[in-house]
Amino acid sequence: MENNTILYRGAEAEICYCYYHGNPAVKKRRVKKRYRIEEIDKKLISSRTKEEVKLISDSRRQGVSVPTIYDVNLQDGIITMEYLNGERIKDILNDLGEDKRIKICNLIGESIAKLHNGNIIHGDITTSNMILYNNQIHFIDFGLGGKNGETEAQGVDLHVLMEAIESTHSKYSKCFKYVLDGYDKKLKKDSSQVIKKIDEIVKRGRYR
Amino acid sequence: MNCIGIEGTAHTIAAGVVEEKSEKCQVLSNIIKIYRPKQGGIHPREAANHHATYVAEIIKESLSKARIDTSEIDLVAFSKGPGLGPCLRTAATAARALSLSIDKPIMGVNHCVAHLEIGRGTLNNCTDPVLLYTSGANTQVIAFAEGKYRVFGETLDIGIGNCLDKFGRSIGLEFPCGPKIEKLAEMGKNYLELPYSIKGMDIAFSGLLTAAEQFYKHGKKLEDICYSIQETTFAALTEVTERAMAHTEKNEVLLGGGVASNVRLREMVETMASDRSARCFVPKKDLCIDNGAMIAWLGLVMYKSGLRMEIKDSHIDQRFRTDMVEVNWRGK
Repeated sequence: MENNTILYRGAEAEICYCYYHGNPAVKKRRVKKRYRIEEIDKKLISSRTKEEVKLISDSRRQGVSVPTIYDVNLQDGIITMEYLNGERIKDILNDLGEDKRIKICNLIGESIAKLHNGNIIHGDITTSNMILYNNQIHFIDFGLGGKNGETEAQGVDLHVLMEAIESTHSKYSKCFKYVLDGYDKKLKKDSSQVIKKIDEIVKRGRYR
Repeated sequence: MNCIGIEGTAHTIAAGVVEEKSEKCQVLSNIIKIYRPKQGGIHPREAANHHATYVAEIIKESLSKARIDTSEIDLVAFSKGPGLGPCLRTAATAARALSLSIDKPIMGVNHCVAHLEIGRGTLNNCTDPVLLYTSGANTQVIAFAEGKYRVFGETLDIGIGNCLDKFGRSIGLEFPCGPKIEKLAEMGKNYLELPYSIKGMDIAFSGLLTAAEQFYKHGKKLEDICYSIQETTFAALTEVTERAMAHTEKNEVLLGGGVASNVRLREMVETMASDRSARCFVPKKDLCIDNGAMIAWLGLVMYKSGLRMEIKDSHIDQRFRTDMVEVNWRGK
């Protein structure tokens, strides 16, 4: 692939292909948004870039697969990291066989438990932000995350995934249950507290 | 085909008549009357009393404005929910009475989906939009996916309009506070940092509301606080909308709800859309706020798709969520 080919243009960042000392890599560049004022834009871009890098390395320490970070530029909001030549879970989940789908969902849940064991909140757990590469589920895009060990934050984190599964994989909404099975297996504290919290968050929403 | 729609989910009692012409919506009339409490927030029973007082004359007015006789009406639609029980019941009762007296079928519709369908029905080239629906009670990002209208992002606590009204009330403004805050914000210059709360594609405002009230208590300039509230909440709304557009791979965005009248919010969403080569649509103001024409149009679209409702099933549903609607008029 050519240097600087844009692989993906998300809502807040562009991912382009590049080389880092000869190795295939990607550059994630958070794009300046003209719709918001400079004060908000600058702060969001630098704080999210910083937070993301910190959380990616913390996650690795918890045993969760994440891309290796090569370089960071806070001013311009650019992270250079390992190129994961795999597939987004969003694109493959609906087409998997039932057994394989359950397996993948269990693994997702186990990884989320490992994050939460380390007080890491991902902040945007959707199937677009997981890549299956080398038989491992890699988590990406920690830009909305943070460090927090409270049950509330963990419940909100899982609630985001629940909504993503309901909207994008609506035929397989049981998937969330399989995720919780894996979560329960690896979470150090009692997962029933967090699951209770999810119900509470759902009911807090409008018209529930 | 002609349809009359009766809206009554919250502050507004409204009736509108629409006609279908080659799959597009012609609004023949759209009569809106808003209950404005003298002080404080909405009282459901008082709002319902207001609606009961005016609903008959509003229906008559909508028919005479449309220059149409009841014999030319083919369908009666009403807002089934979501909303405040007493208000919904008043509108539904009026719709039942009308349906029975002119002997025409009835159709209860989802208010949130109506905001989206009126955009598709009245605006050219608006075919498959992501809707940013911002009103007093509702703040949702809605799009069609896998055969249904699904909520991709929504408020985890209060609606944006409610957030503006609550702040407005705390400083002594009258309902609706949004337009007054907008005026004040135009004179603000200094940005005061407020919590920016996004979780995935969801959003929360209560922390920001408390922080803004604290700024006021500590004597910060009101114009600057209003400016900062708008800049922060609207940036977050635009961000979740853009996230939903990227996630669903759609390139149309539609605004709906009362807060869509805010010029700054429109400007932000328009800028976001143009920067991602997407199109931004805003319905006419009377079709953005709660209105009867959108209820009529969705009722008509549903009826044409083959859906039917019996009087005995025409009950209201205060918690009628967007994703509960069976959508069989849009294919897969």
